[in-house]
Amino acid sequence: MIVLIVVLVLVVLVVLYGIAAYNGLVKLRNRVENAWSQIDVQLKRRLDLIPNLVETVKGYAAHERQTLEAVVQARNAAMSAHGPAESGAAENVLSGALRQVFALSEAYPELKANQNFGQLQEELTATEGRVAYARQFYNDSVLSYNTKIQQFPAVLIANALKYGQREYFQAEEAARDVPRVQF
Amino acid sequence: MYDQIAANKRRTVVLIASFVFVVVATGVAVSLLLGGGPIGILLALVVSGALAFTSYWKSDVVTLAVSRARPADPTEYRRLYNLVEGLCIGSGLPMPKLYVIDDPAPNAFATGRDPKHAAVAVTTGLLTLMNRVELEGVLAHELSHIRNYDILVSTLAVTMVGAVALVSDTVIRLMWWNGGRVSRGDDRDDSGNPLALLGFLFLLLAPVLARLMHFAVSRNRETLADVSAVQITRYPPGLISALEKLRADSTVTHSASRATAHLWIEQPLAVRAEQGRLARFNRLFDTHPPLDERIALLREL
Repeated sequence: MIVLIVVLVLVVLVVLYGIAAYNGLVKLRNRVENAWSQIDVQLKRRLDLIPNLVETVKGYAAHERQTLEAVVQARNAAMSAHGPAESGAAENVLSGALRQVFALSEAYPELKANQNFGQLQEELTATEGRVAYARQFYNDSVLSYNTKIQQFPAVLIANALKYGQREYFQAEEAARDVPRVQF
Repeated sequence: MYDQIAANKRRTVVLIASFVFVVVATGVAVSLLLGGGPIGILLALVVSGALAFTSYWKSDVVTLAVSRARPADPTEYRRLYNLVEGLCIGSGLPMPKLYVIDDPAPNAFATGRDPKHAAVAVTTGLLTLMNRVELEGVLAHELSHIRNYDILVSTLAVTMVGAVALVSDTVIRLMWWNGGRVSRGDDRDDSGNPLALLGFLFLLLAPVLARLMHFAVSRNRETLADVSAVQITRYPPGLISALEKLRADSTVTHSASRATAHLWIEQPLAVRAEQGRLARFNRLFDTHPPLDERIALLREL
C-alpha cells in the first residue's frame, strides 16, 4: 500500500515537472519567434520612412540626384530581398546610402534647418537603434532558448518534440569593419 | 538579477510589516499621551492598513504628484519616446509611461509597482543637458530599476515615510498647542506615567526610524542599476559621460524632497557645504553612493 502511494506520488511529480518544463520551452520558443518578427517590424518601419525623406531632400538639393537615386535603389533592393542573408546585405547598403543623405545636410544649411528633415533624421536614427536593439533581444532570446534545450532534463523533452537549436543573428563582415574616415 | 528581484519582493513584505508596526506603535503612543484608550489603537490599526493598501496600489501616483511631474507629450518629446521604445525592445520590457518635470536641474527617476505599471520621469534640465547617447544611458539606468523591481520598494518607501513623518509632525504640533499639558486637569498625575514617556520617545524616533528604513533599502542598488543599464545599451561610455555631466552639475533638484530623494538617479538634495545650511543634515540620510565611485566602476567594464 505504502509502496503504491509512493509510486503514485512520484508519477504525479514527474508529470507535473513535464508539464512545467514543456510550458517553459514553448514560452522560450515563442519569445524567439516574436523577437525575430520584431526585427522585421523595425526594418519595415525604416523602409516606410525613406520616400518621405527623399521628397524632403529633393526640395532643397534637387541636383544631388546621384545620392538620392542610390537611396531609392537600395530601398527597392531591401524590399525585394529574400532570406536573412540577402536582406541583411541589402539593409547594410541602405544604411550606407542613408548616411550619404544625412551628410548632404552639412552642405545645405536650409535643408539642415528644415523641421521636417530634422524629424525624419530623428526617426531614422531611432529606427536604426531599434533595429539594433531588436537584434540584440533576438540573440538574447536565442541564447536562453538554446541553453535550455541543451540542459538535462529539458533536453529529453526538446528531443522528443524535435525542438532544434536556433541560429544567432550575425553582423555581416562588412558591417563589422569600422568605417574609415578620410580627410 | 533574479536574486535581486526576489530580494526586492522580500524587502517589500518586510517594509510593509515594519511600516504597519511603526504606525501602530505611534498610534499607541498617541493614545497613551492623549488618553484615547483602545479606540486610538484600533484607529491606528485601521489607518496603517489603509495606508499600506493605498501605498501598494497608488504610491506611483503620489510620487509623481509630489514631484510635480506631467505626462510627456509624444510629439514634443519624440526623442525621449524613441529612446525608451528602443531600450524596451532590447530588454523585453513593456513600455512605461513617461513624465516630464519642469526643473532646470538634470535628474530622473522611475516609479511604479511592477514592469507593467511603471513610469519614468525626467527633468527638462536632463533633456537639454544630455546628448542622445547620454540620455539613453540614463534611461537604461531607470529601466533597470524597473526590471529589478527596485521601483516597488523605493516607491512604497516614499508614501510610507511621508505618512509617518506627517503623522508624527502633526502630533508634535498638537502637543505644543496644548502648551505641553497633554491631558486635562483631572488626571494630571498621569505625567509621571512611564508608559506615556516611552510613547513620547517613540514619537520623536518615528521619523528618524522611517528614514533609516529607506536608507537601508537604497544605496548600492544605484551601482547595480548602472551595471544593468550597460547590459542593455552595451555601451558604457554613454552612461559614463552622463554621470560625469551630473557630477559637474551642482544644481539642487527642487522637485525632490527628503521623502523622494532615494528615487533619483543622482542625489537631488544639497549635500555639499557650499550648497546650503541643510547640507550636513541631508548627508546623514545620504541615499546615493558618490558619483566618482559609480563612474570608476563603469570604467572597469
